[in-house]
Amino acid sequence: MVKKISKIPFRGTPEQEAQLRAVIDECKSDKSLLMHVMQQAQGIYGYLPIEVQQMIADGMDVPLEKVYGVSTFYAQFALSPKGLYNVSVCLGTACYVKGSQDVLDKICENLGVEAGECTDDGRFSVEACRCIGACGLAPVMTVNDEVYGKLTADDVDGILAKYKD
Amino acid sequence: MYRSHVLICGGTGCTSSHSAEICEALEAELKAKGLENEVKVVKTGCFGLCALGPIMIVYPEGCFYSEVKVENVPEIVEEHLLKGRIVKHLLYDETVHKDEIKPLKETNFYKKQHRIALRNCGVIDPENIEEYIAMDGYQALAKCLTEMTPDEVIQVVKDSGLRGRGGGGFPTGLKWSFTAKNSADQKYVVCNADEGDPGAFMDRSVLEGDPHCVLEAMAICGYATGASEGYIYVRAEYPIAVHRLEIAIKQARENGLLGKNIFNSGFDFDIFVRLGAGAFVCGEETALMTSIEGNRGEPRPRPPYPAVKGLFAKPTTENNVETFANIPQIILHGAEYFSSMGTEKSAGTKVFALGGKINNTGLVEVPMGTTLREIIEDIGGGVPNGKKFKAAQTGGPSGGCIPASLIDTPIDYDNLTAIGCMMGSGGLIVMDEDNCMVDIAKFFLDFTVDESCGKCTPCRIGTKRMRELLEKITDGKATLDDLDELETLAHYIKENSLCGLGQTAPNPVLATLRFFKDEYIAHIVDKKCPAGVCKKLVSYSIDADKCKGCTACARKCPVGAISGAIKSPHSIDTSKCVKCGVCMETCRFGAIVKK
Repeated sequence: MVKKISKIPFRGTPEQEAQLRAVIDECKSDKSLLMHVMQQAQGIYGYLPIEVQQMIADGMDVPLEKVYGVSTFYAQFALSPKGLYNVSVCLGTACYVKGSQDVLDKICENLGVEAGECTDDGRFSVEACRCIGACGLAPVMTVNDEVYGKLTADDVDGILAKYKD
Repeated sequence: MYRSHVLICGGTGCTSSHSAEICEALEAELKAKGLENEVKVVKTGCFGLCALGPIMIVYPEGCFYSEVKVENVPEIVEEHLLKGRIVKHLLYDETVHKDEIKPLKETNFYKKQHRIALRNCGVIDPENIEEYIAMDGYQALAKCLTEMTPDEVIQVVKDSGLRGRGGGGFPTGLKWSFTAKNSADQKYVVCNADEGDPGAFMDRSVLEGDPHCVLEAMAICGYATGASEGYIYVRAEYPIAVHRLEIAIKQARENGLLGKNIFNSGFDFDIFVRLGAGAFVCGEETALMTSIEGNRGEPRPRPPYPAVKGLFAKPTTENNVETFANIPQIILHGAEYFSSMGTEKSAGTKVFALGGKINNTGLVEVPMGTTLREIIEDIGGGVPNGKKFKAAQTGGPSGGCIPASLIDTPIDYDNLTAIGCMMGSGGLIVMDEDNCMVDIAKFFLDFTVDESCGKCTPCRIGTKRMRELLEKITDGKATLDDLDELETLAHYIKENSLCGLGQTAPNPVLATLRFFKDEYIAHIVDKKCPAGVCKKLVSYSIDADKCKGCTACARKCPVGAISGAIKSPHSIDTSKCVKCGVCMETCRFGAIVKK
């Protein structure tokens, strides 16, 4: 899949860098922990800009292209920052047959962005995700860690309104 | 000593519907009433009936409260737990029969189930090893290490007839014997918990509800095959499962059930967790191992098989979570116990995740050979809103579908393969007359195109071409020649792809072509989508007899496609219409017709 790469300048802080260095120091003896380090890095920075990938490559002593290769292979690694509120709609089969595409369309319409994009003010990002396993509540969407289930497209405006002010 | 136990589901489904808040409210309320030393609250794994979550069961009565809300907590505490009066109006209505409370196992949802893999889910506190041990936990491992040789363990697993529950259905005992035969300085056991099939969540529920049984089974496998290390590769999308696994591993180590010299037998075994990062192909065994090694999760050609050269190029046994979950019971009760259940070639039980257009969505475990009708109508409670059952999709993006005409098929590996379907990991998505089968096929192709790792050409390019052909069909631009090409391409991709992902990617198309060819033809020849799903083939019009000319639809139409004078029938300009359906939602007289 093609990932959108952010043009927003990198704004990492020394504290974030210190955290990442600590993770790398703990793991650098075992190269199979590369993905683990990248997951931790994404937890620290929210996404994996090229500057962070370079730090990981140097610290783990692997080529940058390997880090980049791994980061583009797995859906979970983000190359663009997410919005303050990340809205994620499950497009797993159980949700899909119950109309989650309509829910996603409605969200995109409401926020004026496409799936995979972030609003200009950085408040919302929208993504379609794989099955989160809450099929009993289909169709499901999440806003950060909050789960909303048994949705219809009509519920969308009300839910998003809660995060708009 | 507690006089009552309250079990609250802490699985992903119920947690998403706020069971954690209910737990907190309950504990606070019990404290306020001074009952905290009399009533014990236990957060368990999944009970299975996710549609009715959050679920709370009160013992010793066995009362099944469903769809509990935080507001209900004071009433349950005051009436039931303090005064001993069951709050009937909050019970699952199937358990109340003429004022009598029926045991849960007599309800339709539970009575045909037989739980082996899920036996502890919803029964024990998964974060407490003592509860697992109290349910005979780690006894099977003790039996293996102290009474049985590795060969005897493998023989029991072979004799049980257990086959891989991840989808392939390969005999588990045979797989173990291949690894056991190869000598090496290091061997591995890998547990595949990268449950990628959309709509399947049994592995997650086992890990959330009974993580120790997987650890115990992996240690047994390690003993049988001569491995001293195990890896569990679990989806990062399952945070609760990961958290409970980590707790379970820590507790097992503290109790000497993992680590060095287990049960003083000289056998060493330890387990590590690795998180996936969202790549469906990593459910394929060689891709999974490549991913554990820290690489892009691309599959490797086989042979060499993992039993010869697997993880870190060492002999490796890989099984799925549900397969492992059966092992301790097989060891404890013997091969006969397991092989006597199910059908001749598919022994034991299978867990299915029921989802889609069905009343009782959730997790069910039934003996192999149970018919689809029993699963959908009896256990699942049928299709909601009086709609007609059309097909059940099994095996996710690698599987096929079972049409309504074959609803009496007994479900086992071979019967499903015979009708061009596959067991898969056990996701069972029910579809009704409102689902378009061509659209569903396209949905799965979208999935595989996205998830194809790109290593081999038939899968990378072939699935893309297939999706383009399907798009032509759903756009109403295809010819019957395109349909032939779609079928030819499907067979070519099946035969020539490197790994299971590509080899099975055309299945959803082939299965729908087999049973629902008329729907494809309707799209191509008549330019119609019979289910009214494919937007480009649907048109909206206004029934002049029903239209009152209220102008509501014209005001709502985003593109100004509706016109007409007030109080006289309106009409839709189909060249402007974007088929958003707003007019249909708006009309109070049912005058908008969708065809």
